Amino acid sequence: MDLLQTIGGYLFTDIRMAAPVLLAGLGLLLMNWSGLLNIGAEGIMLIAALAAVAGSHFFGSVWMGLLLAMLAGAVFGLLFAVLTVTLRANQTVVGAALNILGLSLSTTLNRVFFGIETTVTKVDAYKVLEIPLLSKIPVIGRAFFAQMPIVYIAFILVPVIHYFLFKTKPGLNLRSVGENPRVADTLGINVYRTQYLATIVGSMIIAAGGAFLSTGLLNFFAEDMVAGRGYIALAAVIFGKYRPTGIMVAAMIFMAGNVVSNVLQVAGVGIPYTFLTMIPYVLTIIALTIFASRAVAPASLGKPYKRG
Amino acid sequence: MSVILEMENICKQFPGVLANDCVCLSVKEGEVHALLGENGAGKSTLMNILCGLYKPTSGEIHLEGELVRFNSARDAMERGIGMVHQHFMLIPTMTVTENCLIGDKEGNAIKLDRKEAGQRLKELAERYGMEIDPDAIVGTLSVGEMQRVEIVKALFRGAKILILDEPTAVLTPQEARALFKMIRALTDNQFTVIFISHKLDEVKEISDRVTVLRQGSVVGTYDIDQCSVEELARLMVGREIRFDVIERRQAVGDTLLEVNNLSLHRQQSSEGKLLDDLSFEVREGEVLGIAGVDGNGQAELVECLTGILRASSGEALYQGNDLLKLSTRDIMSKDVSHIPQDRQKTGLVMPMTLVENFALQDYYKKDFGKGIFLDWIGVEDRSAKLIKDFSVKTPSTYELAQNLSGGNQQKVVAAREISREPKLLIAMHPTRGLDVGAVEYIHNQLIDQRDKGVGILLVSTEMEEIMRLSDRIIVLYEGRAMGCVRPSETTIEEMGLMMGGRKLDDIRKGRVKEAPVEENIM
Amino acid sequence: MKALITTKMKTQGKAGAQQILVSFSATVFALALGMLLIYAIGFDPFSASVAMVDGAFGSKNAFGETLVKMTPLIFTGMSYALASRCGLTNLGMEGQLYMGALTGTATGIYVSGLPAVLHLPLTILAGFLGGALWGLIAGALKVRFGASEIITTVMLNTIAISFIDYMVNGPMIEPPGINCQTQPVRSSAQLPNLLSGTRAHWGFVIAIAFVVLFWLFLWRSKRGYEVRVAGLNLSAARYSGIHTDKNILLVMFLAGGLAGLAGCNEILGIQIRMIPEISPGYGFDGIAVSLIGNNTPFGIVIGALLFGAFRAGGNRMQIRAKVPNAIVSVVQALVIFAVVASQMLLDKWNEYQMKKIHRQESEEA
Repeated sequence: MDLLQTIGGYLFTDIRMAAPVLLAGLGLLLMNWSGLLNIGAEGIMLIAALAAVAGSHFFGSVWMGLLLAMLAGAVFGLLFAVLTVTLRANQTVVGAALNILGLSLSTTLNRVFFGIETTVTKVDAYKVLEIPLLSKIPVIGRAFFAQMPIVYIAFILVPVIHYFLFKTKPGLNLRSVGENPRVADTLGINVYRTQYLATIVGSMIIAAGGAFLSTGLLNFFAEDMVAGRGYIALAAVIFGKYRPTGIMVAAMIFMAGNVVSNVLQVAGVGIPYTFLTMIPYVLTIIALTIFASRAVAPASLGKPYKRG
Repeated sequence: MSVILEMENICKQFPGVLANDCVCLSVKEGEVHALLGENGAGKSTLMNILCGLYKPTSGEIHLEGELVRFNSARDAMERGIGMVHQHFMLIPTMTVTENCLIGDKEGNAIKLDRKEAGQRLKELAERYGMEIDPDAIVGTLSVGEMQRVEIVKALFRGAKILILDEPTAVLTPQEARALFKMIRALTDNQFTVIFISHKLDEVKEISDRVTVLRQGSVVGTYDIDQCSVEELARLMVGREIRFDVIERRQAVGDTLLEVNNLSLHRQQSSEGKLLDDLSFEVREGEVLGIAGVDGNGQAELVECLTGILRASSGEALYQGNDLLKLSTRDIMSKDVSHIPQDRQKTGLVMPMTLVENFALQDYYKKDFGKGIFLDWIGVEDRSAKLIKDFSVKTPSTYELAQNLSGGNQQKVVAAREISREPKLLIAMHPTRGLDVGAVEYIHNQLIDQRDKGVGILLVSTEMEEIMRLSDRIIVLYEGRAMGCVRPSETTIEEMGLMMGGRKLDDIRKGRVKEAPVEENIM
Repeated sequence: MKALITTKMKTQGKAGAQQILVSFSATVFALALGMLLIYAIGFDPFSASVAMVDGAFGSKNAFGETLVKMTPLIFTGMSYALASRCGLTNLGMEGQLYMGALTGTATGIYVSGLPAVLHLPLTILAGFLGGALWGLIAGALKVRFGASEIITTVMLNTIAISFIDYMVNGPMIEPPGINCQTQPVRSSAQLPNLLSGTRAHWGFVIAIAFVVLFWLFLWRSKRGYEVRVAGLNLSAARYSGIHTDKNILLVMFLAGGLAGLAGCNEILGIQIRMIPEISPGYGFDGIAVSLIGNNTPFGIVIGALLFGAFRAGGNRMQIRAKVPNAIVSVVQALVIFAVVASQMLLDKWNEYQMKKIHRQESEEA
């Protein structure tokens, strides 16, 4: 029973930790399926994390924080779209610049809003939403049914986005743009509009992931608090073979590192924590070498499209 | 049959080229209307205008008597015009049904009803004698099946007029026959088919009427019953060809390059060969012309001989080596020069200076610099000399290649390749897109080389060029040699027939007497 | 040798001038936006700029700091530029920098008994190799498996940083293991001071020497010529028989090595010992440096000077004008946006001009 409870506890943590990576991965997925390669999730999450704290602090509601965070995400997404879609700039370079911008702007604004003093400004985090009855299921009850609302949203988005991409006409149109924008164009799809929409909506979802870091996992903003989760999300998309369910599994596996390190410490096996943090990236590189010869990624990913 | 489509005085001006010059086309409902012409005759441009991809510079399109203007492919599709392009507009990772539903605006705007759509597709296909599996992933289909998907897709989206751009180019003979059956089934059901082709036999076989295009203009529209294949060949090639035979100063020498049984398979499917059992030889001081309509294996032949593509079988003996087994670098260092088919994409590095471009083939050699460094001053001197010798018009030796005119760009490539003093010169489309003066210049350079004893393999789709420069001509059709002739011993008609897929032996056997050459064709 | 030095091989006058104009105006535009931002968040942009310039160039010490910050930027800028010239995107400068720092530190600590004339070059070579091998991994994955170097280099960054974290906290930790840092490198492996009274070290001179090598390699050597041809036109490279796979491996090796030198020099000249966070993002800054410099040697030095001055002056600005120094990185991001945007606008403009010329030609004809 004790062991089961421990496992339940680990599962609870894993799901909670996976949620922001999952959200960021799903946001990136929408962009990728529209043919845009964005490595700037880290920056979007950072600015969103700050916006969430600022929103909660100034408007007194964590949900206002989320709204502000998603707004900030949308602005970053718009910036990315203008540069890469309309001006056809190199997507990787713009993505890297988004990361620099996200880090530096969130740091700057944090110091402006809350001062350089050592005391951090704390806000209220999301309240746990316990689902009656279900949360009482032994072992897994709390892990699945006693989480913060955003965690539920993240996991509900998995089937929703899967349904959107693979079972609806707009989803098919989006995928056709990512596979071959010229074909999509001749069939009457507005490629640029599709890419703009995917980028903006995707960035807003990524931003929700960022908001959860500062108003969910923690209840304050810390400089560079995303700590590589944007890159883990990027890895999760590739490791998850550009499928929402794949991303979910990848996020759970990748974030289980924390859990595993605890288990190992308990068991007395001395694998250093830093090696566990490498796992997502090593797995992704391995996956990349295996997938590279097969058509897993959208065929036109990263290639700018020029009409006519 | 009533006229369904009328294209009036269509002109299309591209930078530097008048692709369509006041073209008129009238198509009747329910007919198969062939568009016949050589490369660059303007067939595809005209059809791209019709299906909304290009906007005409001037001219009008009337559909069922109504003036229409298309701003996009979608506009044309909504008016019932569907085009099956030579390069399929399909997404290989998606299923047949998904490919047909992209951008679909009918029915439920959100829900993707694969089952219902798949059923409709199946029924639609069966109605016209086609068989498709709606749930198959397109990438796993054969080329013929993909074409069928394209046709069904067009029908599914409401096409009444179907444009097929060189549809048999990618098909096996069996698949082509199946396609013809489909086309018949369609026209029996009041669909109209416009059939772009350069193949005479199939135009004769499938079409009701034919419009012949030559150099952007219409030669005429004919009922197919009133034209023989021979006449079609002459109409397509047409113009009087100047046989200003260039005097030879020297006799042809020994065999330089001997190609035996060269074959190249298609990469994906096992059926179909890009090059099929080619054998020929090039002698010293001889120009061997390779004629044929674009895309019949010429590019592959050149790439095999220069080490860029690996041939499937055969040999190409040259100076005791088999070129098919050597790397590009090894081949080019054995006194072989290569003027590639596309100077901008391959022959030159456009954003580099002329000096840098002159170094492209030999930069690694000792006389281009000692050790690991390039001797740019030496290269510059060389470049200056070549620019002078070949009268390249450029502001300076350091001009970027992209800032030169097409003719001067080609002169740079020719200068570089000829100055390497080759024994074998492979030249593909050496004068494509050049003005008369530049063409003349390049021709004279090639003749000079021939007279110096260089063996030249000249690949060209320009009839005049081939006839004027070659000592012997091989006509390629779907990767096979249709025959080998001397320019002085052949006729335009014979060339046209070979380019359209008739074997020389068959032509000469089948011909009882010389077909009369009508004077005023135009 | 004379042939090597003559600068007759100039880049095209007009195109070059256009590039300089693009970089310059984009920088001015981004700076103006940065000033606006400083104003918007409630500070005085004028006094901030004064403090910035003062902190970067106002004194010998300030100028020394600028040189210190410039050094790694020159290396990472070259690293990105070299890969770009070959048509590759190296986003792994940060990881390569860390690996170079690690191997350099290890050689500086554990190799003993050598005089400085041997130990220092050996240590620098080790730093180069550390980064180079790390870069080579991405190159090999691309050549062997076709894995995109964009993604693999990003992944390798975090792997490298985690690995350094482990090394500094574990096997290489300074006895008795209280602070997470290594012991200092031996004095025979430290870079001597360049300007007395400042922190500027000989790493800067090494960086400039490598800029010359960078130029010699790309514009004077046969191999560099191959690299540039393949980067601009793969089809032409194949046509002339250039072995592109070998060049990808070589370029990723060299680009990694350059980034490795950024980290190694930072250790040998400034930090003296390895700590987990030696780079405040020099790796990604390299992108901006190379973009602003249009992948040319001189441009990279100018770009590094600009961002080096930003970093050096940023601290003074924070202390004196109370403007958070992170704003410097904001401006840097804005510079990247402005450069890529104006580059694209320039291309569109040139395209438009070409169309106009064609139209005139066809009307005449």
